[in-house]
Amino acid sequence: MIIDAQKLSYSQINTILKEHGGDVQIQNCLGHRFLASGLSEGYISIDGIPGNALGAYLNGACIEVNGNAQDAVGDTMNDGTIIVHGSIGDAAGYAMRGGEIFVRGSAGYRAGVHMKAYEDKLPVMVIGGCAGSFLGEYQAGGLIVVLGLTDENRKIVSNFPCTGMHGGKVFIRSGCDDIIFPRQVNHRAAQAQELEEIRPHIEKFCGLFGSDAEEIMDSSFTLITPDSKNPYKQMYVAN
Amino acid sequence: MKYREGEVRIPSGCAISAAISREGRPINGESMIRSMVPMHDRSNGLGGGFAAYGIYPEHKDEFALHIFFGSGASRHECEAYLKETFEIVLAEEMPIRIIPEITDVPIIRRYFVTPLRSALHRMQLDEREYIARAVMHINTEISDAYVFSSGKNMGVFKAVGYPEDVGRFYRLEEYEAYSWTAHGRYPTNTPGWWGGAHPFSLLDWTVVHNGEISSYDANRRYIEMFGYKCALQTDTEVITYIVDYLVRRQGLTLEETASVIAAPFWSTIERCEPEKAEKLKFLRMTYPSLLITGPFSIVLGFEGGLMALNDRLKLRSMVTGEKDDMVFIASEEAAIRAMEPNAENIFAPSGGCPFIVKVKEGKY
Amino acid sequence: MGIDYLYPEFEVRRSSNCIDCKICIDQCSYGVHSFDEKSGMMKADDSKCVNCQRCVCFCPVHALKIVKSDNCMRDNANWSGDTVKEIYKQASSGGVLLSSMGNPKPAPVYWDKVLINASQVTNPPIDPLREPMETKVFLGKKPDKPRRDENGRLICDMPPQLELSMPVMFSAMSYGSISYNAHLSMARAARELGIYYNTGEGGLHEDFYSYGENTIVQVASGRFGVHSGYLNAGAAIEIKMGQGAKPGIGGHLPGAKINGDVSRTRMVPKGSDAISPAPHHDIYSIEDLRQLVMSLKEVTGYKKPVIVKVAAVHNIAAIAGGIARSGADIIAIDGFRGGTGAAPTRIRDNVGIPVELALAAVDRSLREEGIRDNVSVVVGGSIRSSADVVKAVALGADACYIATAALLAMGCHLCRSCQTGKCSWGIATQKKELVSRLDPDEGSRRLVNLMTAWRHEIKELMGGMGINSIEALRGNRLMLRGVGLNEKELQILGISHAGD
Repeated sequence: MIIDAQKLSYSQINTILKEHGGDVQIQNCLGHRFLASGLSEGYISIDGIPGNALGAYLNGACIEVNGNAQDAVGDTMNDGTIIVHGSIGDAAGYAMRGGEIFVRGSAGYRAGVHMKAYEDKLPVMVIGGCAGSFLGEYQAGGLIVVLGLTDENRKIVSNFPCTGMHGGKVFIRSGCDDIIFPRQVNHRAAQAQELEEIRPHIEKFCGLFGSDAEEIMDSSFTLITPDSKNPYKQMYVAN
Repeated sequence: MKYREGEVRIPSGCAISAAISREGRPINGESMIRSMVPMHDRSNGLGGGFAAYGIYPEHKDEFALHIFFGSGASRHECEAYLKETFEIVLAEEMPIRIIPEITDVPIIRRYFVTPLRSALHRMQLDEREYIARAVMHINTEISDAYVFSSGKNMGVFKAVGYPEDVGRFYRLEEYEAYSWTAHGRYPTNTPGWWGGAHPFSLLDWTVVHNGEISSYDANRRYIEMFGYKCALQTDTEVITYIVDYLVRRQGLTLEETASVIAAPFWSTIERCEPEKAEKLKFLRMTYPSLLITGPFSIVLGFEGGLMALNDRLKLRSMVTGEKDDMVFIASEEAAIRAMEPNAENIFAPSGGCPFIVKVKEGKY
Repeated sequence: MGIDYLYPEFEVRRSSNCIDCKICIDQCSYGVHSFDEKSGMMKADDSKCVNCQRCVCFCPVHALKIVKSDNCMRDNANWSGDTVKEIYKQASSGGVLLSSMGNPKPAPVYWDKVLINASQVTNPPIDPLREPMETKVFLGKKPDKPRRDENGRLICDMPPQLELSMPVMFSAMSYGSISYNAHLSMARAARELGIYYNTGEGGLHEDFYSYGENTIVQVASGRFGVHSGYLNAGAAIEIKMGQGAKPGIGGHLPGAKINGDVSRTRMVPKGSDAISPAPHHDIYSIEDLRQLVMSLKEVTGYKKPVIVKVAAVHNIAAIAGGIARSGADIIAIDGFRGGTGAAPTRIRDNVGIPVELALAAVDRSLREEGIRDNVSVVVGGSIRSSADVVKAVALGADACYIATAALLAMGCHLCRSCQTGKCSWGIATQKKELVSRLDPDEGSRRLVNLMTAWRHEIKELMGGMGINSIEALRGNRLMLRGVGLNEKELQILGISHAGD
């Protein structure tokens, strides 16, 4: 099914998506917000620029954007897949609990803030290019991978990554010598067996965007983990 | 110290009376004055007034502004404003009769005007909104000037005094109207100001009212959101604005308006048949701040008709009667009998149920 | 010991009535009481006592009382004993002071300086025992100008509304900060009363989905337990931007309180801290709030009103104006005396403004801008009685949130030790043996009793004013007079002084 977004509001498009449930191609998208929000099934391909909060509360559906996406991609996402062939704006995957986000290009500020995991839910975000500042702030679970394959003259991760992190893992394809991490996280070179955890996601990424998985897996990665799941315990005194 | 209306809130009790011909036949003012006599003790001489519809047939396309001025200076300032706002067709002294019972007489003048067409166009307003805004401006911005009547082919006449005396003062026996309302006031304070007497009026709306509402400030603070300024702090003023807002600006019918200001209790609404219940619920949920509580009986005058309404607990008295094409409404049956000794179908409308009389189409 | 020794704040007094039944040992969750086999006497460790009154209430022979210690430091009006002790605590630990429940300091309470009117002569009072007296309230956006169909009939479409039998709701307290039985008590009471309780930010326990019609589900910056099923389960959604007790900072449920059930409800791992960031990281500006409001509406089909809860802060009127234009249906304002499971002491006691002034300013400014109908206004942050409710409504509130009063009804004795997780009354704890002390039948019955009593008092106060419907009280400031307030305070509250 093909939807011409030009004359439709985001609510109208979402109503169609909910009722249709199967494969849908949205054309001429221009700033339509909240597309596929809460959607639990179907495959949606988008031409044009989807608006903010693409796939908010996504619950199992698959969204593929054939270009760039704006801010708050996959906000509070629970399950499903978001694939972006271009780059994305700020605050992607905020508080996401499950599902996967694959971005071929770069992410803006605050990707993966407060990402969390629970039981069989393990959110994954793979950023093919670079990530802006405050990557994985307050991360409580899940997996963030930054590959640095595009925007090569940019720092792979900008300032203040992993502040307040108390769960989950971040893999950065770099030695990260020029990156300052906060005190409450551990960062070190990832061991070969640790990298096995990201292999399936890298392979999927390469399947989507046509990079060479083996070449990526052969690179050196930095693994960042929290040193406590109770980072603020010692900060308080009862009064 | 004497307060002026608007500087302090003054509750008041009252007497009201009204008469209308469904055939649009002229009724002489003398008859209305007579109706107020048996209710003399419901007033205390601190305010009386009348509204008359159909009295200016030769100026029926112009708005008739009745204005009090406290001084020559205020008249001067106000007339300058009138000139730049309106086309003035006729300006004249209000005809009065000097009598010992009515003292402290201000300057009273009337103006027959039409809005300046160019201004109307520039401000993208209909002419009634234009007039309403001009009246608000004069009454709040020009000191000692007060527009007390601003409709077409109708007029309000009011003063400090007993209603019978106010009627003679304005020579109402010289006016013929198809519809009249009258009011005698019993304020609990002593305002020495004529503007505070009833009826209160905006455009062709006039309200006479008996009782003190307990929802006043909830109603006032709400209605002031929409450009109305409750300069007088009286119940009548706020009720008039509410009616104007609901009917003219929100497009409600009179019956719907009554269901807002005297909304049925929720328990009553639940017992109505579904379609009616849905409508009543919608109106009550949409305009909760325009519910009027506390005792009131009002008679609303408008072009071509009257509406009488009691509060939903019916805490004030009101009776209606008929004779041929004539319909009468008053606080007491005696007032109706004073106008028409042989009135029939004497009836007391239930609380919250509007009693609406309209003149036959084309007869006014 | 040494310079950091703080003499116990309370002394446990045991009279000769004591029969050594040892009930106090069982009841005390802080380990104060013990039986000394050697002397054959009951003993008490005063240093552990938090004055929760549990042992006092359950001593079968009334042998126990807790008194304030008379050990004193030298009087100093500037350096009070509490202030000095706080310095010792911080000098010894290097920690941020953390407190529970609302500000205990003598902060100004404007409710107590505002008096209510009654009718005499010119207007009759109404007897609520005989005549109808309506307390029903609808919360939500009012429709714009009514529309009609081709036959001229009114089209009766309303934006989504919450219907309350009385203008009071149970405010947000998360499952995790309080117990399963406390939540169950509130859910049952809300259903019986025809009002709402609020999940707080800890998600909605699977057992409570059946109370959805009386539930407000909260979305806070941590987004714990937030998914489309949760959002669609409640009657309304509340976005928590801030809380009166700790404006401008986030929340933090220690891992120790995240047991299996709490973990499942929040959808976070057991034992891991549940941290709510200070801001929502997808909201850095007012247009971002609109984005979150609209995304919540989109995912719930525009069927549920969205509440935005903010702490009462200095520019609250402007903030409320922004919220009223954000697409939200209801604004909840939480005042600076509001309670909390835990907040940094300095923030609780020094940040924010009293809810009375915030409410007055917000109601006035929304009216001045002509957008009061865009939103309903709910206030909380220490509403203590039916009189506070009536005053709040007359100042302009549509309804009130209560939390501390609800906790008190369930047995809380305001010992302010919530952060320990050892609440002896079974409320602010996740310990199974303590939680079972709060019987949900009893808890809900006491909440229903409290609200029923308040409702009757509200009706009596309204009747005295000659008002028989709560909507005629809302914003009716003429019904209020101030006592002992200065000109500026009166001006902000929009009321006259008594006698004026």
